[in-house]
This record gives sequence, structure tokens and C-alpha cells, in this order.
Amino acid sequence: MSLLEIQDLGIRFGGLQVLSGIAFNIEEREILGVIGPNGAGKTTLFNLITGIYKPTAGTIRFEGETISGLSSDLITKRGINRTFQNVRLFGNMTALENVLVGMQNKIRYPLLSSAFRTKAVRETEQTVREKGMELLRLMGLEDHWSVRASNMSYGNQRRLELARALANEPKLLLLDEPTAGMNPQEAVQMIELVRKVQTLGMAILIIEHNMKVVMGLSERIVCIEAGRKIAEGLPEEIQHDPDVIRAYLGGQLD
Amino acid sequence: MKQLVQNRRQKTILYGVLAFAVVLFPLVVDNSYLIRIVTTIFMYSVITVSLNLIGGYGGELAMGHAAYLAVAAYVTAILSTRYGMSFLVTFPISVIAATVFGFLTGFVCVGRIKGDYVMIITMGICEITRIVLVNEAEVTNGPMGISQIPGIQILGYTMKGNRQYYFVFLLLLLVTVWIIKNLVNSKFGRNVIAIREDETAARAMGMKVAWIKVSAFTISALFAGAAGALLAHYNRFIGPSQFNLDESLLYYQMLIIGGLGSIPGSIIGAAILVLIPEIFRGISVYRTIVYGLIMVIMMIVRPQGLLGDTGDKHPASRFGKAIKARFQKVQSREGDAQ
Repeated sequence: MSLLEIQDLGIRFGGLQVLSGIAFNIEEREILGVIGPNGAGKTTLFNLITGIYKPTAGTIRFEGETISGLSSDLITKRGINRTFQNVRLFGNMTALENVLVGMQNKIRYPLLSSAFRTKAVRETEQTVREKGMELLRLMGLEDHWSVRASNMSYGNQRRLELARALANEPKLLLLDEPTAGMNPQEAVQMIELVRKVQTLGMAILIIEHNMKVVMGLSERIVCIEAGRKIAEGLPEEIQHDPDVIRAYLGGQLD
Repeated sequence: MKQLVQNRRQKTILYGVLAFAVVLFPLVVDNSYLIRIVTTIFMYSVITVSLNLIGGYGGELAMGHAAYLAVAAYVTAILSTRYGMSFLVTFPISVIAATVFGFLTGFVCVGRIKGDYVMIITMGICEITRIVLVNEAEVTNGPMGISQIPGIQILGYTMKGNRQYYFVFLLLLLVTVWIIKNLVNSKFGRNVIAIREDETAARAMGMKVAWIKVSAFTISALFAGAAGALLAHYNRFIGPSQFNLDESLLYYQMLIIGGLGSIPGSIIGAAILVLIPEIFRGISVYRTIVYGLIMVIMMIVRPQGLLGDTGDKHPASRFGKAIKARFQKVQSREGDAQ
């Protein structure tokens, strides 16, 4: 049984069929890359997996249970977390607070006891703060813990978003273009971070336009074009797949 | 670290002096007018601090807060005048009534209803409440309002005099500040702020956004209700005109001036807007102009309020930006003409 099984997945917005017949699996601890030209439906795929959109066809199974159609908070609770293509941090909160918000599913105390700030609440807050700092340290952001997210540099914001997504201890992490807008040096650092994250024991699904990054990171790659899967395989296979080349560079003239 | 300790010490000293002054004030000053003004500031502070949870931290343009006060005040008035129930019974019942009302109105303001639409809907809720109060004359005594509400009675002792109410409202304010502060500094508060900052991302963190918003409305209404119940006893008279839309807008103005997302800010905002009409009583015709000027200047110079802490994601700061942009446009046009 794979960690995530996607079968015949499709979504239609009114008359527009955005995705159809998408099927692939993700194994535990695997890094799977998703590539495709602009507008192919990669981010829509992410939105379907995380429950922001509901599929109009097909099923998504996570650890053997169907999750398609569940609301996004339930899907997150099961252990799927994501980052966004355009960084979506809580700008007016500090780095640590951002991570704590990401952790909120794991923080369990009733609303009533937080109103009176009971001893249990204080102790829990202390431990989650330490955990949050640990995550920031992993991302190399421990010096910036009290900086507002909106005041951080772009590279740090990206890393903070990754820390926030990790806070929930997900089993599957979805990264939507983690190196978008980064310079080559920052991109290299990001690759190292993603590798480091993988060693924590989670599977990673990654959308990326930077071919160096995808080819270097992914163990397998799925290529989507115009809402359909056109290829799946090892990075080397994808590089030489005629359909993929046609999708990216255009068809051959007769 | 050293600076932090020093700041904390300064804070402790500041709050100590403040507490001392607030407790001594009614004992030293023998002027019922001044005591009543400070009591009014306390009451408005309770309202703005509670409104801050949804309006400031939550970033909702909630313009219907007077309705929660109205519900509690009317329940208190009706139960104590018509059925002669004691304060210990009427107070919990009216607070619960306001809380339930907050819960129900919170439900209307979630899901697709966001931003400006929350403002319109909460305004509607406020107006509907007032119209019901005016028209259901059999229960509410219509536009005449309910008079001769007894003072607070606890175990046969009836409270009299401004001093006692001063301390009652002070106690309510302290409880409100303590609980709202605790909530803001907990998981719940962080979630409320996160939803203001980015609702989609908040949902991706596994939050039940609608549920958190409804909870915020409910808690906010609870404290507004407590203020409303005490107000009925304190004023001895309540009428529908006390709880109209202007009143709700006044609460939000206090919040904006003092600082969205800051508890000391909400208290300062309440104090400023209670004091301005009193100070400018001599030129009462023009005091609304002073009022308006302060609001416009605030919106341009410091859209998040004096002690505000909400950044530019708060919908209220948009108005300030819009005014500023308009100014700059006019200025650049004048520059072009020259």
C-alpha cells in the first residue's frame, strides 16, 4: 500500500476541465516531483490533495483511507501539509508565532482553560515554544524568531514557510515551487533543506520549474500537461521522454 | 535580555502606579461628575476590549456590538422590574442571553461572508435589534424604554452611590482584560490573528476557521453582555436609542483610535472618546467636527491606532491607505500643473 494513492482524479470548473484522469502513487519517504508547463494544473492538483477544492471525479487515498471530499482541516489533521507558491505567511506575526500556528493541531488544551491560563496551559505553551525554536534552528532561523514574518528576507520567508509546514509533523509534505524567485545560491540551500527534511521521515511531493532542482531532488517525476498526466518515471527517463520534450519545447515539424 | 528586564520593571511600576491611582481616585475625589465619567470609561473599555477580539485581533469589521449590550440590558431590565428577580439571578441569565445571541450572529458572519460584508451584516443585526426593541412594545415598552430598574442587589444589600458602581465596573474591566489577554496569548488567540492575516493559509494549518470565528463572536458578546447588564442597573433606565448603530460605530471608533489588536490601546481609545465630548462641552455644536478630524487624521497618520498592532492586513487600515493615496494623487496633480 502506498502512502498516497491518486486514481482517475479530475476536476471541472463549470465547462472547463482542468484536470482529468490523473493517477499516481507516492511511497513512504519518497520525493516525487511534479512538472509541467504553466497552467498545466499542478497547483490545482495540490489544492485537490489538500482539500481546498473538491474533485469532481476520482479518489485520493491517504494511508488506505479516502480523503477526497474531506475538508482541508481534517486532511491536515491526518498528516498532509503544504507550502504555497506565493509565500503565504502570517505577516504580522513573529517567526515563532507562525510556527506555533502551524503546530496548532498538536496543541491540545480546551478553550476554557486557556481563558484562565491554567498551569497545564502554561506548561504546554512552554514546551511548544521550545519545539518551535527547535524547528527554527533546523531551518537556520533561530536568530530571527522574534522578527515579524513580513519583515524577513524572501529566502527566510520561504524557509519559515517550510518550518511552519513541518510544525504539524506531517507524513506527506507538499511543496509548491519552493525555489521560485530564489537566486541559484538560495536554491542550493533550499535543496539541502528539503533533503534534510526528508531524513525526518516524510514523503515529499514537490512542484518545481527549476529543472536542476527537480532532477536533483526527485526520485520519480510525474509530468502533467493541459490537465493530463503525460509521463511518469525516473528523472533520466523523463528527460528523454518525447512527450515531455514536446510539451516543453513544442512538437517536431514534419 | 537586560533591556527586557528593565522594560518589565518599568511596566510593573507603571501598572502599580496606575492601579494605585485607579483605586484611590474615587476615595480622594469627592466629585460625582468625575467619578461617573471614569465609570463610563471603564464600561466602554470593557466593550472595546471585548470588541477587540473580533474587531482588532480577528480583523472583522463588526459594527453590531451594541446589539449584544441591548439584549443583556433588556433581559436584566425586564426580569428585575417585572419579575423582581435579584441581581444574582438576572446577571447570569442576561449574560447567557447575550452570549447565545453572539453565537447566533457569529454564524451569519462566517463562510463566504467576509470583510465589508461582515460590516453590512453586523450593521443590519444592530438595526434589526433596535427595531425589534421599538416595536415589541408589550415586552420592551417600545420607544419609551424601561425605567426604574433597581440597583444591584446582592443578598438584600442594594448598591447605591457612584463609588460602588465605579468599583463594580472596575472589577468587570479587570476580569475582561485578564481573560481576553489570556485568550489572545493562547492557541485560540494565535489562530484568530492567523485567520485575519491569511484565511487560506490558516485553513491549510488545519483550522476550523468558521468555528474559531463563531467562538470569537461568542466570547466577545459575553463580555459586552456583562457590560450591558451592569449598565441597566447603573443607568436605572434603558431605551432603544441607547443601542443604535451610532453606538456600535462609536465602539469601533474607540477601537481604531486606541489601537486595533492592543488591549491597553482599547482602553485608551475608550478614554479619549469619552473625554472629548466632555472637554468640548462648551462648543458642543462643533465637537462632532473635532471628532471627525481626529478620525481622519488618525486614519492617515496611524491607521492601526495609537498602540495598534495589526499591520496592513486589517480591513480598517485600507481606508487610511485609500485616503492617503487620494492625497498623494491630488498633490502630484498640483505638482504637474506647476
